[in-house]
Amino acid sequence: MDSSHSPSHPPYDREKSRRDFLVLTAAAMGAVAAGSAVWPLVDQMNPAADTLALATTEVDVGTLQDGQTLTAIWRGKPVFIHRRSPADLAAIRGEEWQSLRDPQSDEARVQKGHDAFLVLIGVCTHLGCIPMGSKVGQPKGDYNGFFCPCHGSHYDASGRIRKGPAPKNMDVPPYSFLSETLIRIG
Amino acid sequence: MAPHLHTSDFKNPVVRWIDERLGVFTMLKKEYGIFPMPKNANYLWSFGGIALTMLMIMIVTGIVLAMSYNPHVDGAFNSVERIARDVNYGWLLRYVHMNGASFFFIAVYIHICRGMFFGSYHRPRELLWIVGVMIFLLMMATAFMGYSLPWSQMSGWGVTVITSLFSAFPLIGDGLVTWLWGGFSVDNPTLNRFFALHFLMPFVILGVVFIHVWALHLTGSNNPTGIEPKTEKDTLPFHPYFTSKDSLALVVFMTLFMAVVFFAPLALTHADHFKPFDALVTPSHIVPEWYFLPFYAILRAFTVDIAIPFTGIVLLPAKLQGVLAMFGAIILWLFLPWLDGSKVKSALYRPLHRLCLIGLLISFIALGYAGAKPAEGLPVVIGQIATFYYFLHFLVLLPVLSRRETPKALPESISAAVAKKA
Repeated sequence: MDSSHSPSHPPYDREKSRRDFLVLTAAAMGAVAAGSAVWPLVDQMNPAADTLALATTEVDVGTLQDGQTLTAIWRGKPVFIHRRSPADLAAIRGEEWQSLRDPQSDEARVQKGHDAFLVLIGVCTHLGCIPMGSKVGQPKGDYNGFFCPCHGSHYDASGRIRKGPAPKNMDVPPYSFLSETLIRIG
Repeated sequence: MAPHLHTSDFKNPVVRWIDERLGVFTMLKKEYGIFPMPKNANYLWSFGGIALTMLMIMIVTGIVLAMSYNPHVDGAFNSVERIARDVNYGWLLRYVHMNGASFFFIAVYIHICRGMFFGSYHRPRELLWIVGVMIFLLMMATAFMGYSLPWSQMSGWGVTVITSLFSAFPLIGDGLVTWLWGGFSVDNPTLNRFFALHFLMPFVILGVVFIHVWALHLTGSNNPTGIEPKTEKDTLPFHPYFTSKDSLALVVFMTLFMAVVFFAPLALTHADHFKPFDALVTPSHIVPEWYFLPFYAILRAFTVDIAIPFTGIVLLPAKLQGVLAMFGAIILWLFLPWLDGSKVKSALYRPLHRLCLIGLLISFIALGYAGAKPAEGLPVVIGQIATFYYFLHFLVLLPVLSRRETPKALPESISAAVAKKA
């Protein structure tokens, strides 16, 4: 203890623990303040309100024939609406799905009563390319579905990943049938 | 003025007046006049200066291109075409900037190869090396964002594929990609932010280059023998010996660069770079610029999920493996000073190490080939073998061999090595 210390001051150790407390509180408040200041800078990069507003789209599928695919745009992404023929549907339903990379039955990927219609976000789950197979003459891959040309992912007629680097089945967007022929996506 | 802090020994009164107040002439004389260079430094030692020149060219042409560029999805493609067709000398500025990126990478790749071959990352240059790897990472980010700006098919789909890499990370991946895009697909917000960052990053690179050069001037240049200068006989002043040597190298490099700019300005690009971006049609074969191909091949080399047998529980999906390997391939460079445990720097005195390094270069070139080809058949296998060797080199061959191999006898000094050769 310093001899020049005036007796009116508290003992050194107590002083030190009080200082520690003040330093820690100040640093904690500083960290909170810095975080609050940085957050607007980070969050401004997330989708803006007008981008979020483009959330639903309605599609008429009345003219779609068996085997045809229609491409709609939802939130800047293509949505494939594929009408499967009864033969194709029977074939895909007959396949064993439990051992697939992303195991999911075809029934779980379509809406009951509208089993022929497969609605998919037309984006490869690998790195975001648009798979081929939605237009006449495009390669459909080894499983009669979709083929992504970027890195060689093959999807089946249910949009499930069968071969190649993609980790997941093609996503099914939220959608509902407003009538027998009108679909609302989003 | 406090004479013990800084005195100027310049005679010219104007120079002296400035130098006494700013010290800039004393600094230039010390760092670029009398700065001692190992006298055996060969032309491979010119590529740092060449790379810096390329950075300056990119900054200058980039700023003037930005004066005519329109960073909006509706106008970007047309504004780049307008630069090439209507703006005075716009064609020249565009082609210099476009091919300048390639030649910047050529210079930097040679610079990195030299560092790896002659062991320039060894003590005491570890931080110099690490800062250099950071410059390379910043360059990759900058070049990638620049590639998006013409808003062509290659631009939009290149951005889609590379940003989608981040979706491989579990839990946060999809949110991260949306955050990068500023939406649910690559669109105007993405282009705007990439333009802002592409404008900013070269200046960040310039700042980090300053730190790189700072570290270089503290530790001094390495040289082909890898032994440090011991006496004044081992070195020569930077000026006029290396200013002239570097100037000649620069002139030759610029001649090649200008030859491409004037006679084959589109040799390194793709036809899909001249179609406007269509968010609904992916080109059948998208590839990054040539300088990213080896890393792109590493990304694609992983095709099998790592899972717990018979349970179907996937521990590490193929996509995540590829992404981690691609980033890891460069992150590994940061650890080179410690992966290489040899007391001898230069591969000239380490015959087995030299052989492995040549193997690394071949695997890197093979990866470049595999990355350029569609992801089917033989190129995939070549890419996988080359990826295997790449990681084998850094994680097994280098750490083990550098600690086991008996190097050849080193010369007494740099001047002894030079005298023996002469």
